[in-house]
Amino acid sequence: MIKIEAIFRPSRFEAVKDALAKVGIRGMTVSEVKGCGKQKGAVEHYRGSEYEIVLHPKVKIEIVTLEENMEKIITAIQYAAQTGETGDGKIFIYQLAEAIQVRTGERGKNVI
Amino acid sequence: MSDFLRKSPSVKIGIGLVLSLLLVAMAASVTMAAPDPTGAATLQKDPNAPVNFIWTLICGFLVIFMMTGFAMVETGFTRAIHANNTMLMNMMIWVFGTLGYFLVGFGLMFGGVGGVYEGLSKALSINIGGHTWNLLGLSGFALGGKAYDVGIFMLFLFQAAFMDTTATIPTGAMAERFKWSAFIVYGFLVGGIIYPIFGNWAWGGGWLSQLNVLGLGAGYKDFAGSGVVHAVGGLTALAGTIIMGPRIGKFVKGKPVAMPGHDLSMGVIGTCILIFCWFGFNAGSTMAATDLRLTVAAVNTMLAGCAGGLTAMLYMMKSTGKPDTSMSCNGVLAGLVAITAPCAYVPAWAAVVIGGIAGVLVCASVWFVENVLKLDDPVGAVSVHGVNGMWGVLSVGLFADGTYGGVKGLLLNGDWGQLGAQVVAILALILLIFPFAFLVLKLIDKTIGLRVSAKEELAGLDMPVHGALCYPEFALSALGTAQTFPEEDSQASRTAVKSAAVSKEA
Repeated sequence: MIKIEAIFRPSRFEAVKDALAKVGIRGMTVSEVKGCGKQKGAVEHYRGSEYEIVLHPKVKIEIVTLEENMEKIITAIQYAAQTGETGDGKIFIYQLAEAIQVRTGERGKNVI
Repeated sequence: MSDFLRKSPSVKIGIGLVLSLLLVAMAASVTMAAPDPTGAATLQKDPNAPVNFIWTLICGFLVIFMMTGFAMVETGFTRAIHANNTMLMNMMIWVFGTLGYFLVGFGLMFGGVGGVYEGLSKALSINIGGHTWNLLGLSGFALGGKAYDVGIFMLFLFQAAFMDTTATIPTGAMAERFKWSAFIVYGFLVGGIIYPIFGNWAWGGGWLSQLNVLGLGAGYKDFAGSGVVHAVGGLTALAGTIIMGPRIGKFVKGKPVAMPGHDLSMGVIGTCILIFCWFGFNAGSTMAATDLRLTVAAVNTMLAGCAGGLTAMLYMMKSTGKPDTSMSCNGVLAGLVAITAPCAYVPAWAAVVIGGIAGVLVCASVWFVENVLKLDDPVGAVSVHGVNGMWGVLSVGLFADGTYGGVKGLLLNGDWGQLGAQVVAILALILLIFPFAFLVLKLIDKTIGLRVSAKEELAGLDMPVHGALCYPEFALSALGTAQTFPEEDSQASRTAVKSAAVSKEA
């Protein structure tokens, strides 16, 4: 079992969700997050005073799945989330120790 | 409750103040006779009375609704952690201010000779150069005695609504840091004494309106209150923000930091409400439906507001590259403020010019207040109402075309007299009214303290002052905006007794 964590632009969320549905992935956890990285802060004005937007809003999705699904999920996310500009995001893959269904107490592959 | 008791000295001051105002009011009103409390005699004397009364009352109700607009503009342009406090201030200022105006303010403003109604005719006056100059009214307190008259009640409603506008303007400049007990006392005093003084001089038969005896045009003319309402409010706001100092984190090493408002949609809707109600403010100031000049006042109001919005938006696009939302709102309001005094006296093209200049003035003034004066006025109250209120007063003398009320301007009639009267009024605002408002607020600061503690301010006023968040179901994150303070600033504020001093030095 693995956990795939992808952080990308909020504007690409619908496209990523649809692309994942096409490769058979329908379950995920979604969070709205903020972060900074290579994408530089933007300087904006409010009432004539400058201010810098240091943290950019991003969406983070987490998918727990079997290793055999990994490549097609990565392909789907990268295809759908990419704009080609700095700030498109990252995908991280983790090995997962265990998964437990809260309702039944069932463990392992059947849970996901 | 325990918090309330801990602040008891200031609460006692407030209660004592109200009681003494009430005693003064009662003592002054018991001896007078009642003229027309039923309205029957007024109706018999003037068949036009019903339509004039209805026009004035409906416009007065519109002006009272401006409270909603001010509450939304001020709250939308300030931060979410203080939203409960900012909203409630805008409503409660009406409560305190109206009661103060009822007890004392109305009598001071309209209780003198030369007032609109003959029943009220006791004035404090001085004789200089063979002329009797009226300084203040001294009858009609608490609407008792001779003030118990349907016409005077109509005037009271309309004028009390105007008073609320003046009173609510400074709450924007002092938002996010006004101590509640000080605010209560301020509320009564602004309605009771700050607003009525200049109001008497302009509208209650006072010395500014008598300047015509010196050959200065028709005396000071302020149709709907650029000076009486807006400049007085704006100058009181200036006094308040000087005494209070900037919000913690507003200036870092002397450079102003943007503190974006939390809900610009609220600010824009509030501005739209103010635009709508402004027609009651200006056109309603004929105080008679039979005075059909009201259409000129209404159209000029419309044109000046549009012109102000246009020039302010263009100014911001030129200086920062984008049409800033809150400054576009300020631009529309600046145009409306400026046209308030001249709306009935000037031709339509002049309304566009006056509003257009106001839109530029407000942007330049907001920059000046922040970058040169180093003052923190979160919503631009000083620039919108103070600067443009005075510009409106001046513009009467420049652009009046002599077609209404014998008011002749310099540019169209070649008459210097009216401009002279308007300049005297501006000098009175700056040299007399501003110091008076400063003194009143300084006294409140010395006795109660105008400002909350640094701890309360940093926590957001909603919890420490009111015990409830405006938005309890949202996690309020300051991440990624200028709301995150530099470390040196928050360190300093933790140890500071006077947060104002801290942020100035930082």
